[in-house]
Order: sequence, then structure tokens, then C-alpha cells
Amino acid sequence: MDTLVLTIWIWVGAFVAGLLGSLTGMGGGVVIVPFLTLVFHVDIRYAIGASLISVIATSSGAAAAYVKEGYSNIRVGMFLEVATTIGAITGAMIAFRLPIPVIAVIFGIVLLYSAYVSYRQPTEIHATEKTGPIAAWLRMDGTYPTPEGLKAYRVQGVPLGFSLMYLAGILSGLLGIGSGAVKVIAMDQAMRLPFKVSTTTSNFMIGVTAAASAGVYLNRGYIDPGLVMPVMLGVLAGSVTGTFILAKARVSLLRTIFSIVVAALAVEMLVNAFTGRFSH
Amino acid sequence: MSVPNDPMRDQGVEVIIGTLLRTGVILAALVVLAGGILYLARNGSTPSQYHTFRGEPSELRHVGGILHSAAHLDIRGIMQLGLLLLVATPVARVAFTVFVFAYDRDWTYVVVTLVVLLLLLYSLGAWRL
Repeated sequence: MDTLVLTIWIWVGAFVAGLLGSLTGMGGGVVIVPFLTLVFHVDIRYAIGASLISVIATSSGAAAAYVKEGYSNIRVGMFLEVATTIGAITGAMIAFRLPIPVIAVIFGIVLLYSAYVSYRQPTEIHATEKTGPIAAWLRMDGTYPTPEGLKAYRVQGVPLGFSLMYLAGILSGLLGIGSGAVKVIAMDQAMRLPFKVSTTTSNFMIGVTAAASAGVYLNRGYIDPGLVMPVMLGVLAGSVTGTFILAKARVSLLRTIFSIVVAALAVEMLVNAFTGRFSH
Repeated sequence: MSVPNDPMRDQGVEVIIGTLLRTGVILAALVVLAGGILYLARNGSTPSQYHTFRGEPSELRHVGGILHSAAHLDIRGIMQLGLLLLVATPVARVAFTVFVFAYDRDWTYVVVTLVVLLLLLYSLGAWRL
């Protein structure tokens, strides 16, 4: 395949990933690496670099839309970004030492988990009545808009949330994904933030986490401009298109379809890893 | 001192942050698109080589080298500059947040945000400018 034809096909695939990611709220990052490695046989390290760049593009693009809603908690986000950036740098360093089939296996497992999370309906955890000691010291409690006006919430579980965020950062640096699912769990399950506040704050953190990983990949020579160009432009165009048609789309059906696609990609990644197709 | 996590004040800050992020993404996409069109016009018919990892040349790995290549109108350098602008967008957001917390005299969070900023600059290899 010559470069022009390959570039067009990669753009089309990235467009679909960005569109589905934006319509389902899962982010397209999780499917970019399997798509590039399984369909186009791109080396997984180039694919992870390309995916990180597309994650920064979609999270920064989406942030502008989230701003109007007024849900995010800047203090919680910034404090937890210490954990995600250290994790991202750690994860990127680990990625250069691990054999490629091992990365592919971890990727397959994370994909299966993502498919499960997106298929299952999110359950709202009961809000906590008590502010945790660290959350109190860091003044993390906040308010968020509801149909009945502003509602206050309290924050706890900072050590557990911080640890989970470190894990989310490692996964981001290792696999080139946004780790939005782990971030949301850290905030709404461990720290008891309202679900809307968790998802919005998570989106605002994803770009910073991915930027920390992308910096390491860039320095090590894993960001190829010719390959990343159609991925970034395709994902961006797809996610912008998604925000325009979101109101008309049947989101629950799309989530089911997307979960099935992600699960199928996971199985394919695992099969390829165990049959030695990744080690050439 | 401001009220902790006052949504109205945070709203104003976030409007600025949203504009900053959107501007960064649009600018980056335009530079990548311009470089991409030139790249395909020149290299479109050559076979692709993404199957095996060779590593990018050192001038496309570091901030200084990328700026240098782009300034000399190297096509891959121009695309890489666009990608660098995109990576720099969240970094700019964090830098802006340092000033927001400093304006509020919220020194704990000034320190927290500076730590994040330094980690980002470290990962980008900014000391090798």
C-alpha cells in the first residue's frame, strides 16, 4: 500500500473511532491502538504514540463543551494530576522495557474491562456526609448545579483515590489510552464525588496525563508525524461530528455496539499476542 | 481569599481555560493539516514503512530540534511542530492555573500545580532546549 492510500484509510478509521468515542462518551483512544496494529500492522509503539496524541486532541476539544456545565472540581483535578503525571511517566518508561506481546496482553485485558464498564449502567454511589481529613486540609468539598439549584458535596478517600490515579497514569503511559474509566472509579467510588463531577473532572485531567506520556514517547522517537497526522485529524473530525449528532443518536444502542467492538478487539489482541504475531 | 470551589468564580476561569484549549487544538490541527497536505503531495506514492519501529531522527524528538526543522520548512518538521503545539496545550492550561491559584493566594495549590507543571516539562525534555 502506498502512503497516500494508507493515510486515507487510517484517517477514515480514526474518524469512526472519534465518532463512536464521542457518541458513547468512552473516548476513541481505547480503539486506536488495536485498530492500527490489527488492521494496518503498525508497530505497537508507533500506534501508542499516535493514540496518545489523539487522546490529547479529543479531551482538549471536549473540555470546551464541558465548561458550560460547571461541574468540574479544579482542586481535586489538579491534586490528582500529580499522581497521574508521575504514573504516566512511569508507565511510558515501563513500556520501553516490556516485550511487545506482554504489552498486547495487558492491552487486551484493559480492553475487556473497558467493554464491561461501558456495557454496565453507571450506578450512583450514595454521597458521603463526612469530609475526610486530607480532603478537609486540601479544601476539596464543592458544589455542583442540579435542577433544584446548587448542591454541596463532601469529599473523602483521598489516599485511595490518589493511588488509583497513579494506576490510571501508568495505564495511560503504558498503553496510550486516556484511562477515563479508572479515573471516574477513583473519583466517584473512592472519593465519593457526584458522578457528573467525576466524569467532567476526569475529562479535564485526561489531556494532562496524556501530555505527560506523549512527552516521553516524543523524546524516545515514537511519535511519527506521517502516521500521527491522519490519526489526529481523523479522531478530531470524528469527535466534532459526534457532538453535532449526539442529540439525535440512540446512545444506549451505540454503547452496546461499541462494547461489542471493544470486546472483539480485546480477544483479537490476546489471540495475536499468544500466537506470537506481535513478536517479529 | 476566595470561597473554596465557588462555582461562579470557577465558571469564569473555566471559560478562559476552554477558550485556551480550543485555540490550541485548532491551531495544532491547522499546522498538522498544512504539513500533511505538503507531505502527501511529496511522499504520497512511496511505500509506507510503519510496520517496524525504527525511531524518529533526533531532530524530531526534542523541542529545539522540532522548532529548528519547522523553521527550515522541513515537511515532517512542520507536522511535528503541529503535534508539539497539541501536546503543549494542556501544559499551557496547567501554567495558567498556577496564576489563578496565585491570584487567590491559595499557596497550597500553587505548589501542587507547579509540581504538575514541572513533571510535564520534565517529560517533554524541556531541559534539552
